[in-house]
Amino acid sequence: MDNDKVNRKGGMSRPRNLATLLSIIFPGLGQLYNRRILKAFLFFVIAISFLVATWDYIDIGIWGLFTLGTIPREHHSIQLLLQGLIALIVLVFGVSIYIFNIMDARKEAISRENGVPKQTLLKGVTSFYDRGFPYFMILPGLVMLIFIVVLPLLFMLTLAFTDYNQYNAPPRNLLNWVGFDNFTALMKVGIWKNTFLNVFTWTIVWTIVATTLQITLGLFLAILVNDKRVKFKRTIRTILILPWAVPAFVSILIFSALFNPTFGAINRDLLSQINVMIPWLSDPFWAKTALIMIQTWLGFPFVFALFTGVLQSVPADMYEAADVDGGSRWQKFRHITFPHLLYATAPLLIMQYAGNFNNFNIIYLFNEGDPAVRGQNAGGTDILISWVYKLTFETNNYNMAAAVTIIMGLLISVFAFFQFRKTAAFKEEGRY
Amino acid sequence: MAMNRKTKSKIEVTFIYLFFIVMFIIIGYPLFWAIMMSLNPGTNMLVTDLFPENPTLEHYKWLFTNPRSDYLIWYKNSLFVAVLNAFGSVVITSLIAYAFSRYKFIGRKYGLYMFLLLQMFPALMGMVALYILLNTIGLTDSLWGLLIIYLGGQIPFNAWLVKGYFDTIPKELDEAAKIDGAGHLRIFWTIMLPLAKPILAVVALFNFMAPFMDFLLPRIVLTSPENFTLALGLFNFINDQFSTNFTRFAAGAILIAVPIALVFLLLQRYLISGLTSGATKG
Repeated sequence: MDNDKVNRKGGMSRPRNLATLLSIIFPGLGQLYNRRILKAFLFFVIAISFLVATWDYIDIGIWGLFTLGTIPREHHSIQLLLQGLIALIVLVFGVSIYIFNIMDARKEAISRENGVPKQTLLKGVTSFYDRGFPYFMILPGLVMLIFIVVLPLLFMLTLAFTDYNQYNAPPRNLLNWVGFDNFTALMKVGIWKNTFLNVFTWTIVWTIVATTLQITLGLFLAILVNDKRVKFKRTIRTILILPWAVPAFVSILIFSALFNPTFGAINRDLLSQINVMIPWLSDPFWAKTALIMIQTWLGFPFVFALFTGVLQSVPADMYEAADVDGGSRWQKFRHITFPHLLYATAPLLIMQYAGNFNNFNIIYLFNEGDPAVRGQNAGGTDILISWVYKLTFETNNYNMAAAVTIIMGLLISVFAFFQFRKTAAFKEEGRY
Repeated sequence: MAMNRKTKSKIEVTFIYLFFIVMFIIIGYPLFWAIMMSLNPGTNMLVTDLFPENPTLEHYKWLFTNPRSDYLIWYKNSLFVAVLNAFGSVVITSLIAYAFSRYKFIGRKYGLYMFLLLQMFPALMGMVALYILLNTIGLTDSLWGLLIIYLGGQIPFNAWLVKGYFDTIPKELDEAAKIDGAGHLRIFWTIMLPLAKPILAVVALFNFMAPFMDFLLPRIVLTSPENFTLALGLFNFINDQFSTNFTRFAAGAILIAVPIALVFLLLQRYLISGLTSGATKG
């Protein structure tokens, strides 16, 4: 038999290597060599149509990604950049099919070498369906995810290394790659440096203080309501959850009006009784104080509800054991309740911090990040995300907005890191 | 001594109730104030009263009957996006979650990490690119464009949540069905989906409510008033002339807040159990 002769030879003429090589030369050739005519035909058609359909697009895209265009007014740098990124994604997709084709040809050739009988067509199709099934399931979502979430983030990532701003914008001008210039400006150039430092520190303070306050209040209330002596638990819970149930944008705008110095009820009806007028919207310190109070109001019900649910799952015998040992109430809280609550809810609590870090709505709806502050191009209450919004949509400093976005992304990755470590989902990874 | 402890306990309980009362006032006051404002006649905030002498429903009437009011159109738009968003997100995320919970495939583990990471990045970060992309396919100022962004953006968080819930469904169930000859889709349809109803309800509810509450994305995507969603339309009410339109805004806002709050309070138990089991038991 031919097969036996070939089998004894080593090197390039071994079927597995030959099939691999043929598939490297062109998808489908290796399959043809393996006598899998239908499969070979399929790979062949897919490869040809992929090349015909995408060659030009990828060619221009990659060229555009490197040069960002060469003729002003004719080449639109931003569109070229976007096309370049899409071309990269398409290319990755194509290369994965190509690699799959090579691996498939090699595997098939190896089973032929070992004398495994050829699969029937029906069986081949079934096994293809079986192994391909999870990929079919995630494909629609994956495509959406790539184009709606990943691609825009990649685009922002690249913008940070260009000189795209109001004065240098396509189609009138071409953009250039400028390396880390934008980041250097953020750290060194006067107004940018000031603004960045102020916004950055306030973002950190805001995230930590507002989130910790809302968690503490939620925890405190959950423990109080859980007390055996308290009656009407259900009614109390429902009322305490109310701020979560009302759409946040409605409550923030209501608060914005409440704190308004001219007609808001806080100054007009409450503080006027003791003859105090506080400039809630025009003084940065008071605006920040108001924001933290409002966020506590908005955020504690979620934590409260969460803790209430978990509190009921703390085993009662642990408290009984503590009673026997004569543990005080504080000790019971410190050593039983608190660790239990924290362990069960850590991922969601980390997400609360991340949520406030990105809490554009409250900052923008309350006061649009104002009051304005001398010597910086962000408002006094702007956090990083609302500053990015202003840089993008109000002053069109796209490159700086992108640079700030990248810094935000790095910080978010810190949250994500803790999240990964705390998420139980990964501890049980081996289950399936 | 025993008497002493009893009085101490009584004082404590009194303080607990007092604290609740203070909290109720803090929670209730802003909401009550907004309701009273919406009943004040006229649109001038400077002459409003917490207890108006002659309360009126004129602002509610204006929203529904005045030819200059687009309120009903906004309600319709929001409902359109909300229904499709709830339905679409359940379909997409349950498919992904099923694959991630029950199958081994290349990129599975990194896919999970990617979901966890991506859910923390707000859509605003990629807004410039999204706008240009929508522009290229001609979907700016369109509710469909808005819907597509919602559908894509919800994937990381919800897929992760639903996957966590699917993991709690015993694998023996689908193995038994497999032995009986059930195919992949059949197992998904007859075993996974019915058992995962609570978490799917949570996903549907979240995504139904999102278009009613979000104002940022619509603000960037939608430009003409007849395409506005409720949140955006109401925001524009007060954006220009805050002090002169607040009473009207309050009326419009209450009409959104009441149904949403009711649904929310009715379903809160499922919400919380879904969230905790999806995120912690995973």
